[in-house]
Amino acid sequence: MNTPNLLEVRGLRVAFGGHEVVHGIDFHIREGEKLALVGESGSGKTVSALSMLRLVQGADVSGQAMLNGRDLLTLSERELRGVRGDDVAIIFQEPMTALNPLYTVGEQIVEVLQFKKGLTGGQAVEAAVELLAATGIPEPRRRAGAFPHQLSGGQRQRAMIAMALASQPRLLLADEPTTALDVSLRGQILDLLSDLQREHGMAVLLITHDLPLVRRFADRVAVMERGHLVEQGPVSEVFSAPAHSYTRMLMASRPERRIDSAPLPEHAPTLRSEGLQVAYPVPVPGLKGWFRKGRFVAVKGANLRIEAGHTLGVIGESGSGKSTLALAALGLLPFEGRLEVCGTDWDEARRSKQSRSLRRKIQVVFQDPFSSLSPRMTVEQIVGEGLQVHEPELKPEERRVRIERALSDVGLVQDPSQAGDWLQRYPHEFSGGQRQRLAIARALIVGPSLLVLDEPTSALDVTVQKQVLSLLQKLQRERRLSYLLITHDVDVIRAMAHDVVVMKDGEVLEQGACDQVLECPSHPYTRKLVEAAA
Amino acid sequence: MSGLTPVSSLTDVPVSADVPVPTGQAPAPARAPSPSPARRAWQRFRRNRLGFWSLVIFCTLVVASLFAEILSNDRPLVVRYEGQTYFPIWQDLPETTFGGDFEALTDYLDPYIRKRITEGDNWAIYAPNPYGSKTLNYFAKEPNPSGPSRENWLGTDDRGRDLLAQLIYGFRVSVLFALALTAIGVALGILTGAIQGFFGGRTDLAFQRFIEIWGSMPELYLLIIFSAVFAPSVGLLLVLLSLFGWMGLSDYVRAEFLRNRQLDYVRAARAMGLTSWQIIWRHVLPNSMTPVVTFLPFRMSAAILALTSLDFLGLGVPPGTPSLGELLSQGKNNIDAWWISLSTFAVLVMTLLLLTFMGDALRDALDPRKQDR
Repeated sequence: MNTPNLLEVRGLRVAFGGHEVVHGIDFHIREGEKLALVGESGSGKTVSALSMLRLVQGADVSGQAMLNGRDLLTLSERELRGVRGDDVAIIFQEPMTALNPLYTVGEQIVEVLQFKKGLTGGQAVEAAVELLAATGIPEPRRRAGAFPHQLSGGQRQRAMIAMALASQPRLLLADEPTTALDVSLRGQILDLLSDLQREHGMAVLLITHDLPLVRRFADRVAVMERGHLVEQGPVSEVFSAPAHSYTRMLMASRPERRIDSAPLPEHAPTLRSEGLQVAYPVPVPGLKGWFRKGRFVAVKGANLRIEAGHTLGVIGESGSGKSTLALAALGLLPFEGRLEVCGTDWDEARRSKQSRSLRRKIQVVFQDPFSSLSPRMTVEQIVGEGLQVHEPELKPEERRVRIERALSDVGLVQDPSQAGDWLQRYPHEFSGGQRQRLAIARALIVGPSLLVLDEPTSALDVTVQKQVLSLLQKLQRERRLSYLLITHDVDVIRAMAHDVVVMKDGEVLEQGACDQVLECPSHPYTRKLVEAAA
Repeated sequence: MSGLTPVSSLTDVPVSADVPVPTGQAPAPARAPSPSPARRAWQRFRRNRLGFWSLVIFCTLVVASLFAEILSNDRPLVVRYEGQTYFPIWQDLPETTFGGDFEALTDYLDPYIRKRITEGDNWAIYAPNPYGSKTLNYFAKEPNPSGPSRENWLGTDDRGRDLLAQLIYGFRVSVLFALALTAIGVALGILTGAIQGFFGGRTDLAFQRFIEIWGSMPELYLLIIFSAVFAPSVGLLLVLLSLFGWMGLSDYVRAEFLRNRQLDYVRAARAMGLTSWQIIWRHVLPNSMTPVVTFLPFRMSAAILALTSLDFLGLGVPPGTPSLGELLSQGKNNIDAWWISLSTFAVLVMTLLLLTFMGDALRDALDPRKQDR
C-alpha cells in the first residue's frame, strides 16, 4: 500500500454562524482506495465531505484539504469549478432531486461530456450511451431519451453514477448513495460502484450510516461522532476490534429479539382479515377518463391473523401495498372483504355507529417523526387529544395525570412527576427518537389492544432505533399489546415479529412463523430479501 | 432530514447537531416552556426593525385617526361660558347660547362667537386643528383652494374645506374600510379554501369551476352598473368588493389544506376518531395560516388602493364622505393647487409603504426555511 495520497485533509473545521459542527478532523484517501465515513445524522460527515469542495453555503471552513498537492480551500472559485466534476464527482442520496427533471438523462450526461471533455455533439451522445450501458441500465439508447421521472429509483441512481463517471474523476464522493433505494437494489448499486471503481482505478469516499454496507464495500473506515473523528483504520480491524466506545455502540446497535413467544389461548385474535382487498381509483388517460376512473388494486386478498400479545411483521419493498394494508386496518381506507379488530367487524361498526369505540382499540405510529406531530400543538395537547375524544368526562387535572404517566411509560421521563415542564413544549424541540416516543405515547394513552407500526424506526439512527424497538418490546410484554409491524428491514422483523407476511405488488407471497420464513424461505423473492439484508 | 438537495440537507445539519438532549434522559430541571411557533415568528418579526417600526407607526396612526374628532374638529372640546361648562364636541348648541342672534347651530369659527367665548372669564379649548371633515372655512382670506397658511396648515380644497382635516378623516375611512374588506375576504377565503382543500374530490372540482366562472366576471363594470342602480354607500361598496375579493386567498388556503391533510398527524387524528371539523379546526387550520397572515398587509394595501381608485373615478363613497381618492381627483382638476395633490399623495405613499414594509417583515418571519438565529 505505497500508493500516494490522493486527498489529504488536515484540521478541517466547519462552522455555521459561529456554531462549530466539525471540530478539526484529519483523514486521507490513497489513489484507488475506498474510504467510508460513518456516523449518525448530525455527526457532520456530509458537511465535512462537501465543505472540502466548498459546496456548503454559509459555512466557515478552515484547515487544509490537499487534492494532488493543491489546497482546495484556498483555490479560487474558478479553479475550484475545474476540480468539481473533473477530479471529484459527487453522487447524492436522492437521485430524483439531484437530476434536473426538465432534461432527459442523456442530455444531462452529454452536457457534462461536452463541457468537461470537449466532445462534439455526436461523440458525446455515443459516449453517454456507453456510460449508461456500463452502469447496467437495460436498453441504454432508449433510456438516454427518458426523463428522470420515467426511470425507476435504481435506474435513476445508475444514471447519476453514469453522469458522475462522465468526466472520469479521480475521486468519487458518494453521499448515502443507497439510502433512498429498496433493500434488494442496494446491493446491486454497491456492486456496480465496486466494479466501476476497480475498472477506472478511482478513489471512493462513501458517506453512510449503514454498517453492513461499509463492511461489504470499503477498504478503510473513519467513524465520526458529533464533529469529531473518533476512530479510523482498515475495515477488518475496526469491525473486529473497535477501539472507541462510540464505534462499539454503533456495532452493537443491531436490534435484539426480546419478546414473549407464549401464545395467549384464552384471547380472541386482535386482528383477523379474510380476502382483504384495497383498491384506489386512478385516472384513466384519454377521453374515457372523463367518465370513469380506473382501479388500482393495492392489496390483493390478504388473509391475516394477529394473536393477542403477538406481532405480525409485514415486509416488502416500496409499492408492495404494505402501507395501504396498514391504513385499511386502521379503517382509514375503504376495502372489500372481511376485517375484524378485536372481534368486531369494521363494516358492522360503521353501520352501527360504533366505529369511534373501535378506533380506541387500534392505534398507529407512523414512520416520519417530523410530520406525525402537529408543529403547532404542545406535548400536552398532542398526547391528551385521544383522552378528549374518548374520555371527555375527565377533568383537566385527571387528564394531566394520565398524560404525565404516558410520558413516563414511553421513557421520555423517568418518573411522571418530572413530566411537568415537558407538557408546554412544542415538537420542534425534540429529536427524532423523542418524537417517536411522543407518537407512541399519543397512541397508548387511549389503551389500545393493537398498535399499527408503519416503519416506526426507519427514519431513526441505528442507536436510537434500537432504543425505540426495545421500548416497543417492553410495552408489549407489559401490556399484552399486539403489533402490526410494517417494515422493509429484515433485521427489525427478526427482532420483533412472531409471524411474518411477505408482500410484493399487493400480493401476499409467503406467510408463517418468523423463524421459519426467515430461516428457510420458500419463495425466491423472500430469499432475495433475506440475502440482501445479510 | 433526508437531504433533498445538497444545500437544504446541509443547512439542516447544524440544527440537528444542536439537539443535545439524548433520548430517554430527563431534561434539565425547571426549563421554561418552549415558545410556540407563533411566538417564535413574532420574535423573528421583531428582529426586522424596519417592519417592526412600520407596524408601530401604522398602529399609532390608526389609533390616532380613531380619535380624529379630538384632533381635528370645528367644535371646541370644552367651553366655559358665563359660569357654565359646555362640551360642544358632544352637544348641539344653538348660537343663542353664546349670545348670538340665530337659533341655528353655532359656527365656532365665526370671529364674533370666538370672541364671545374667549373674552373675560370665558374660555374654550379648540381641537389642535380647528376644522372638521365637512367644515367650510367661510372666513378664509384667500379664494378657494387656498394655499397653506397659519389658519389652514395644509391649505384648503376647492370647496374651502381644510385639507389636513380631510386627510385625517380620509385616512380613517380608508383604513377602516380596508380592515373590514380584509376581514371579510380572509373569513370567506379561509372557509371556502378549507372546504375545497380538506374534502377534495368532487367538492373541490365543483368549487374550482365556480371560482373560475365567478372570477371571470368583469368586476369594474359590475361596480359601475351597481353604483348607477343603487345609492352609493360605503356598505354597498364593501359588499361588492367582498364578493370578488376572497378568491385569491381561497386558492392559497386550499393548497395548504391539500398538503396538510395527507400528513401523518392528520392521519393519526383520524385514527384517533376525531370528526372532520375537529381535525380541520385543531390540526389543519392552525398549520395552514401562514399564507393568510403573510398576505394580510398586502391585502390591506390593495384594499386601500381599490377604494382610492374607485373614489378617484367617482364610483366610490357618496359625496361628502372624506376620501383620499376624491382629494386626488380634486388635485387633478386643480393642477396649480399643488398642496392638494402633493399632501394626498404623500399620505397614500406613506400608508402603502408602511404596509409593504410590514408585509415583507411578516413574510420573512413566517418563512419556514429561515431558522432562529
